[in-house]
Amino acid sequence: MNNVKTVYKKSIGLTDLPLSYCPGCTHGIIHKLVAEVLVELDVLDKTVGVASVGCSVLNYKFFACDMQQAAHGRAPAVATGIKRVRPDSIVFTYQGDGDLASIGIAEAIHSAHRGENITIIFVNNAIYGMTGGQMAPTTLIGQKTTTSPNGRDEKTQGLPLRIAEMMATIPGATYIERVSVHNPQHVNKAKKALKKAFTIQKANKGFTLIEFISTCPVNWGMTPKDAVDWAVDNMIPYYPLGVYKDKTAGEEK
Amino acid sequence: MSKVLMKGNEAMALAAIKAGCDAFYGYPITPQNELPEYLSKHMALNGRIFVQAESEVAAINMVYGAAGAGARVMTSSSSPGIALKQEGISYMAGAELPGVIINVMRGGPGLGGIQPSQSDYKQITRGGGNGDYYLYSLAPETLQEAVDLIKESFDIADYFRNPVMIAVDGLIGQMMEPVDLDKEVPKWDLKPKNWAADGDTSKREKNVINSLYLDPYDLENHNMKLKAKFDEMRKNHQRYELVNMEDAEIAIVAYGSVSRIARTAIEILSEKGIKCGILRPITIFPYPKLAFKNLPSSVKNLLVVEMSTGQMLDDVIIANECRLPISFFGRVGGVVPEAEEIANKVLEIIGGEKHE
Repeated sequence: MNNVKTVYKKSIGLTDLPLSYCPGCTHGIIHKLVAEVLVELDVLDKTVGVASVGCSVLNYKFFACDMQQAAHGRAPAVATGIKRVRPDSIVFTYQGDGDLASIGIAEAIHSAHRGENITIIFVNNAIYGMTGGQMAPTTLIGQKTTTSPNGRDEKTQGLPLRIAEMMATIPGATYIERVSVHNPQHVNKAKKALKKAFTIQKANKGFTLIEFISTCPVNWGMTPKDAVDWAVDNMIPYYPLGVYKDKTAGEEK
Repeated sequence: MSKVLMKGNEAMALAAIKAGCDAFYGYPITPQNELPEYLSKHMALNGRIFVQAESEVAAINMVYGAAGAGARVMTSSSSPGIALKQEGISYMAGAELPGVIINVMRGGPGLGGIQPSQSDYKQITRGGGNGDYYLYSLAPETLQEAVDLIKESFDIADYFRNPVMIAVDGLIGQMMEPVDLDKEVPKWDLKPKNWAADGDTSKREKNVINSLYLDPYDLENHNMKLKAKFDEMRKNHQRYELVNMEDAEIAIVAYGSVSRIARTAIEILSEKGIKCGILRPITIFPYPKLAFKNLPSSVKNLLVVEMSTGQMLDDVIIANECRLPISFFGRVGGVVPEAEEIANKVLEIIGGEKHE
């Protein structure tokens, strides 16, 4: 009994409220990683998070730091407003693919373009989750959604948008990486990416974006296990994981 | 202090700096460009923040973020740009964030024109965006009044935790007048912004800036809390001026640049033996209904003059409570009414010149 020790507990970066996400959704894992990284970098009590519109709209309740809830797609503009007047704070946005890749693409691009010293956490599950499974800019070709009932057709609905690749072309961006959380190994890699992004922000080195490949079992019409497999088999081939831009490469040596 | 000769847009920009504006986020649009141009230089010189955003939508959402972090913030634009800002303005009202928005109005609808107009009256006084809210809206007629009201407006916004709109037109933005930037303005009793989400939770619980209330009873309570603020504005913070009203037989109702022109019209009428007053709303929300109750019994007619097709006219009809006959004269599209045509309209209403 004397040898009982705590080997794992919920991060103090999260509040005690139950999360509002569906079973099998990876938002919970990503929330945990963000919270752990903020605590490990000792910045939780100087952080402002910006919640967006979508499934994660309520995460202003879940993160234990100051939070602002933004209009649909505008989180990077709200983050810009905050960071410019509170440059010593750590500012992040948490946005889905409908929010960032569609209605908020201008705000995402221009916050990177200005080199805002903020971190964007971009969660890509290839669908509009909260509104009930409509087609997103990231929906894969042939993928059935409530607004592409016959499967996405590139002739009329275009090809899925690759955000990490696109953001990496913006001269003002400092660090862009795409990660996945489909198994423990990748969860650890994703945490490392997040830590790198927030470390860059802490050092005032500019704009960082981490794209997460995520799942939506409910709107994909799959079990959580099948959803993870579908993400690995279909999303990752189209959205390859890896570092797309790193202006700080070589600095550590 | 001594007066300096300044262009309206620049004087309004300097007034914001004098008021302690921490940050300005804007996007170019005529006829207000000199305002952000001036601030792009002078905010930095004063250790403040200036950001040219990628759009009006982004600019107002930057204002939201900075206001939510407890800063004194301003944006400016002109009519079509203000229409784009309505999303963020509604969110600010919903999240109870202070901020100052200057609207240097131009003609519409659509791209309209770039000449002076008052055709945003309804956009300004009815909230403008989605949901049940209003903006405390001030309509100065001179550069001195614009400067004084802008300086005070930051306090008003902080006091009510609500955006304040400064409603001027291209004429005020573009003209030059001598102004005293250091004239004392009323100070409001302000509380510390202990609600701000500025990131520093080392000595307090977390703060949340938010306009989402999914439970209808919670949202109803929130709506009623907001309504109480707007009722307080209506009850205690109407502003207006009555000009030349003693023994006046007719009153012109006009605000902003048009009331300025009406001052010349009443001089023309005076030479013709007509006693004409001016009822000048200074707040267009709350609308100064009190002014109509305080008109002398000598006033038998009202003439509403606007640079619109009659957007304020509805408010005059409500405030008049069917007491006096109301006439209307408006020039639109960027055409500014002349004093002579206003005087002629008055003569037409009262049946010609008076010769004893």
